Amino acid sequence: MSFDDFKEGLGALVEASAVRPTDFGKRGFSLEVTAKRDQVEPIARAAREADLFLEAMTAVDFADAFQVIYLYNAFGAGSRVRVRVAVNEGESLPTVSTVYDAALWHEREVFDLFGIPFDNHPDLRRLLLPEDADFHPLRKDFGKVHGVRSTDEIYGEPTA
Amino acid sequence: MASQLPEPIVEQTYYLNMGPQHPSTHGVLRLFLKLDGEYIIEADPIVGYGHRGHEKMAESHLYEQFLPNTSRMDYLSGLLFNHGYVAAVEKMTGIEVPPRAEYIRVISVELNRISSHLLWFGTYIMDLGGFTPFLYAFDDREIILDILDRITGSRLTYSYCRFGGVAKDVDDEFVRATREFIGRLRSRWDDYHNLVTKNVIFIHRTKGVGVINRETALRFGCTGPVLRGAGVAYDIRRAEPYSVYPELEFEIPTGAAGDAFDRYMVRLQEIEQSLRIIEQALERLPAGPIRGRAPRKVRPPKGEFYFAVESARGAVGFYIVSDGTGYPYRLKVRSPSLSNLQVLTETLSGTLVADTISILGSVDIVVPEIDR
Repeated sequence: MSFDDFKEGLGALVEASAVRPTDFGKRGFSLEVTAKRDQVEPIARAAREADLFLEAMTAVDFADAFQVIYLYNAFGAGSRVRVRVAVNEGESLPTVSTVYDAALWHEREVFDLFGIPFDNHPDLRRLLLPEDADFHPLRKDFGKVHGVRSTDEIYGEPTA
Repeated sequence: MASQLPEPIVEQTYYLNMGPQHPSTHGVLRLFLKLDGEYIIEADPIVGYGHRGHEKMAESHLYEQFLPNTSRMDYLSGLLFNHGYVAAVEKMTGIEVPPRAEYIRVISVELNRISSHLLWFGTYIMDLGGFTPFLYAFDDREIILDILDRITGSRLTYSYCRFGGVAKDVDDEFVRATREFIGRLRSRWDDYHNLVTKNVIFIHRTKGVGVINRETALRFGCTGPVLRGAGVAYDIRRAEPYSVYPELEFEIPTGAAGDAFDRYMVRLQEIEQSLRIIEQALERLPAGPIRGRAPRKVRPPKGEFYFAVESARGAVGFYIVSDGTGYPYRLKVRSPSLSNLQVLTETLSGTLVADTISILGSVDIVVPEIDR
């Protein structure tokens, strides 16, 4: 399966409005997907079948919810995919470590820095902070921050 | 009659902490090993001893103020992180970079890549018990540090790039010294190969050791020489061309088996390719300004952005979410060493403790880049 097949296959996994092609030169990825909680794992499986790798995983804290970001990429030219899923405070996400081993550490990092738990993760310990730390430093209620935004302010309208 | 022999030793699992202050871990890394005799059942790398919270720091610093932080993540190829960060912000904001500045960036960045690979070469062979190659590598590396010191003002933690250009112009002395260095390293290249590549002890310690194939690399998201050693010609400089790389000729060296020896050969060939790039860039170095028009205070438009460059260890990415102010709303650094180290949880199991050093050294990690 190739990257183009992955693009077409996405139509069966998420709504058409949730997939948006972007200008790679301007944004750094060629496809942005807004997923729902239960679509995260099927998308990861489709990406794995399409020979993509999980390049990075992170989260962003907004006033209304967390946005967890998955970046998939192929060993080829300009085919990065950004998958975004909203997670409310206290909610968890299904793990994709069953599909990508890379997620084992990426999810530990997101859990460590944001406090977002992942269901069925086999070893959800802190990665960077000491195990007895009682805070999640990249949340906007920790330390010095310059304002808290809502999701729509950043992702609301397309900029590309 | 009771046996006069001592009770037989009961076989048991043994736990060993390798590190956090072990000379071959190159930084503060702890490998928690579960052993069966001399064999590793399970390896658990424990990172985070050098966590400084760079990503949190970014949120309370102006884009300009964060620049020195980037070279503190990977102190062996600081200029590459510098370049990646600056280029990401430039693309977001739409700042033009004059051609002379782009060429200077490529030359200095490739020099930095060579110095990083030379340091890796020296310390890796020293981990395997050879002391002499270390002195050769550091002798050559010192010249690069002197060249970069003259134009950037620092030896390791560079803050040379600026939004829209570089901090200081290069002069004829820089060009002369760099050309002389290229000739010198090439004249000594046979010595490197005679000392190490053909050494039978070295071959025995690296061939077939720590095999990471394409499938494993894909599952763990490995990039850089680890991936290229497995035969995948994936290099950000080619896949997502940036700066003036499309104008320069170079090859992407690859291995076949994906063992420690292949990764070693890939890095050595990359040094040769970097020399080629520098040679061409020096030849074409255009005249002109070194700083383009950039606002005093950078304010990228609202939105998210990702930009990647190829560091000495793999793909470095900057994921930046901007809210339209002078402070990044969120800045995530995709560090190549994190994925390259994680693969060891799988690769190390079933190997000998003695090979741990060889395998760990061959993936070339810089721990502060993982810890951030």
